[in-house]
Amino acid sequence: MTNSFAHFAKAKMMFVIGSNMTEAHPVASTFVKEAVTGGAQLIVVDPRRTPLCDFARIHAPIRVGSDIAFLNGLMNVLISEDLYDKEYVNSCTTGFDELKEKVMEYPPERAAEISGISADLIREIARTLASVKPAMLMYTLGITEHTCGVNNVLSCANLQMLLGNVGFECGGVNPLRGQNNVQGACDMGALPNVFPGYQRVDNPQAREKFEKAWGVEGLPAKPGLMIPQMMDGLVDGKVKAFYVFGENLANTEPDIRHVEHCLESAEFLVCQDIFPTETTRFAHVILPAAAWSENDGTFSSSERRVNRVRTASAAPGAAMPNWWIFRELARRFGHSWNSDSAQEIWDNELSKLAPSMAGIKYVRLEGDGLQWPVPTEDSCGTTYLHSDGCFTCGLGVLSPVDWTPPAEVPDREYPFVLSTGRRLYHYHTRTQTGRCEGLNDLLGEETADISPDDADRLNIRHGEMVRVRSRRGAVNVRANVTEQVPSGMVWMAFHFREACANWITNPAFDPVTQTAEYKACAVGIDKL
Amino acid sequence: MNTFSLNGREATFTPGQSILDAARENGVEIPTLCFLKQNAPTGACRVCLVEVAGARSLMASCSTPVTRGMEVLTESDRVHGARKLVVELLLSSGHHDCLVCEANGNCRLQDLAYRYGIRELKFSRSEEQYTVEDQNPFIVRDFSKCILCGRCVQACNEIVVNRAISLGYRGAKSKVVTGGDMPYHESECVMCGQCVQVCPVGALTEKKAAGLGRAWETEKIRTTCPYCGVGCQQLLHVRNGRITKVTGVEEAEPNHGRLCVKGRFGYDFIYSKERLTTPLIREGEGFREASWDEALDLVADRLKEIIAKHGPDSVAGVSCARSINEDSYQMQKLFRAVFKTNNIDHCART
Ligand code: SF4
Ligand code: SF4
Ligand code: SF4
Ligand code: FES
Repeated sequence: MTNSFAHFAKAKMMFVIGSNMTEAHPVASTFVKEAVTGGAQLIVVDPRRTPLCDFARIHAPIRVGSDIAFLNGLMNVLISEDLYDKEYVNSCTTGFDELKEKVMEYPPERAAEISGISADLIREIARTLASVKPAMLMYTLGITEHTCGVNNVLSCANLQMLLGNVGFECGGVNPLRGQNNVQGACDMGALPNVFPGYQRVDNPQAREKFEKAWGVEGLPAKPGLMIPQMMDGLVDGKVKAFYVFGENLANTEPDIRHVEHCLESAEFLVCQDIFPTETTRFAHVILPAAAWSENDGTFSSSERRVNRVRTASAAPGAAMPNWWIFRELARRFGHSWNSDSAQEIWDNELSKLAPSMAGIKYVRLEGDGLQWPVPTEDSCGTTYLHSDGCFTCGLGVLSPVDWTPPAEVPDREYPFVLSTGRRLYHYHTRTQTGRCEGLNDLLGEETADISPDDADRLNIRHGEMVRVRSRRGAVNVRANVTEQVPSGMVWMAFHFREACANWITNPAFDPVTQTAEYKACAVGIDKL
Repeated sequence: MNTFSLNGREATFTPGQSILDAARENGVEIPTLCFLKQNAPTGACRVCLVEVAGARSLMASCSTPVTRGMEVLTESDRVHGARKLVVELLLSSGHHDCLVCEANGNCRLQDLAYRYGIRELKFSRSEEQYTVEDQNPFIVRDFSKCILCGRCVQACNEIVVNRAISLGYRGAKSKVVTGGDMPYHESECVMCGQCVQVCPVGALTEKKAAGLGRAWETEKIRTTCPYCGVGCQQLLHVRNGRITKVTGVEEAEPNHGRLCVKGRFGYDFIYSKERLTTPLIREGEGFREASWDEALDLVADRLKEIIAKHGPDSVAGVSCARSINEDSYQMQKLFRAVFKTNNIDHCART
């Protein structure tokens, strides 16, 4: 997020797109709702009538995957009606002419045709948005989990820059991160192209710096593989050994049958986890790890805040902290690492190597943590980025993007769009929430959420078992007939193994980030 | 200069500030029950009464603004007498059996009864009978202990804005109700438990924490929620190395005391019997237990073999977006510095 959660409650205008916040980020949503009860305006853009819509001034139920057309339509109105922030665009951004040319191809009428939102409503939304400054944009996986995910993100950024909303308190572009520490895993360089602190592996100076720090030679310059490429590599033999730390890939990746085939093909699979999972079934060695609250460390949240995590209980049996396991493996390769605690790793290595976190030391994290960038030990951190439109990398780049449809769209045999996500009472594949007393009582099985219209047409009653099938597979699942879902859509989560949406989701990926299109594939529903 | 007289001393205040807030800022504590910080005072409980010179009756300090030159007494005999009476009335309004109450040691009414020297019940106990509602997995509601302070209603409507409960019925029948007075699990309630966190007595308590430890027996450890990316700050209540319950850290960024159902009630997976407790090595269709040395030697040997034969890029790894930063740091270092490959990723894309 460019901004902070503290800005949510103070915001005057919020634009929430592709985010079912009340269920996936419930506490963040409390601040949005609080702002609305205090007089702020909220616009929700989502195919489903999510609970947040009850608080919205406008809900725009766009068709799944039509985001770019819709956003280009908004920008078309902003430019045609002269509602954008000219001064900001001129002094803080570049690429306006190209953007203008592109969005002029999306008059509201065309955007309406693609998105299903009337041209009038598109105009009204654009005018409403432009009427309050700054406006805060929040998005979640509804934006990124598409084959055009990167372009969706660029579109959101375009909109906010055009409105002159980036670089201010209660403004900005704010993706809510799904996992507690997905931000941190990126910051730490658990990515194929960057070292900790986003220093590129193909930059010789960066390599030299890390070679010196780590006392090694010949750090590889070529960016590595991303998860989907690793999976394919297992099948085509490019990847022989696969080391899976914590992820339950056999349930979380699209097209479970294909994923399991990949895992099966590994010549050597190591799993490091706290529970046996569907993924560990394929392992050759399983290493037991300490869990949350069984060791000290830090998480970095969506707002770039580095927070302390502390020990409350002892790890069971022989389970060990993950950092210890990695150190012990390194030792067997003749590398002796000093690391003897998370604090030692952070204070003596990470903070010295990642300039944006140089000022963060454990002693400074006792209270509310710190939001990076924290370049020095007297810096108090950064609550919002690009202050006053001064972009860290010079000018903000407006990047024209075209709308592209999802990789798989409904047809006669598969007439529905399946979109997937998370529900309030469980977390991902339930390895944890499924083992907490009580949560299964509140939500004990997966459902296929369908609209009353479609239920009528297919003669399906609420609570009845149906079969949802795609080109990849099929699941039997209970129908949940709900006004939340528009007709033509089936909505499911991936919390339960048997009826996990990922038996049927489409392994089509964004070409840049390799994020899968979990939000759109074509399915059929049969009454059982 | 904005000053007023507080227990005979000169004290400062900011215009618009309540007597309660101004007193607290000047180091004088006034007891409260219904007042919920950062929300508009409801003035429901009258425990925060103070004496204001010139005013005929005692004033509720949480909802009375300070004015310049005001003379306030927070601990006069008259104030004590009135507060004692309020507490006595509240005590007799329900069934407050501290011995068997889950909130014993974590109850403001109990604290106040002690503070104002209440030895016996002056008024006869209300005969109103309520059944305890505990059909949902997390929250026990016992209205025989409810003092109708309204904090839960405020928390649900104004803090987490779930709008699941309100004050229902009239007069002696007054009660906190969900829509249609249904039990929590059949109502709009989303089980965030914020109402439990703010309840000053034992009317709302946590089912999973029942009997696991009194407030004075538990250590409080601050940590960060393991689920979504909001990063809510939690207080783990720990007794004998076991988490008994979790509450939100008040006045902490980013959550200001709030938690959702997962953050508040999703902590006990770590005690599951199904945890992996020893390294395992595949043997035929199953696994056999192994020591760390054996398992790590095997992993290292196999990886060395594969790297020697197929090169470093034949090894790939996925790090964990749920685990601590330092774990991800170590893993990418292992892959880059030791294996010499950049084939390291995590599920940022899922
Ligand atoms: S648990 Fe949460 S939603 Fe339910 S009544 Fe209490 S505060 Fe409201
Ligand atoms: S249940 Fe608790 S918080 Fe709610 S009104 Fe009763 S005493 Fe107050
Ligand atoms: S308490 Fe809920 S909203 Fe807060 S971090 Fe945990 S899962 Fe997210
Ligand atoms: S705290 Fe002031 S009336 Fe209750």
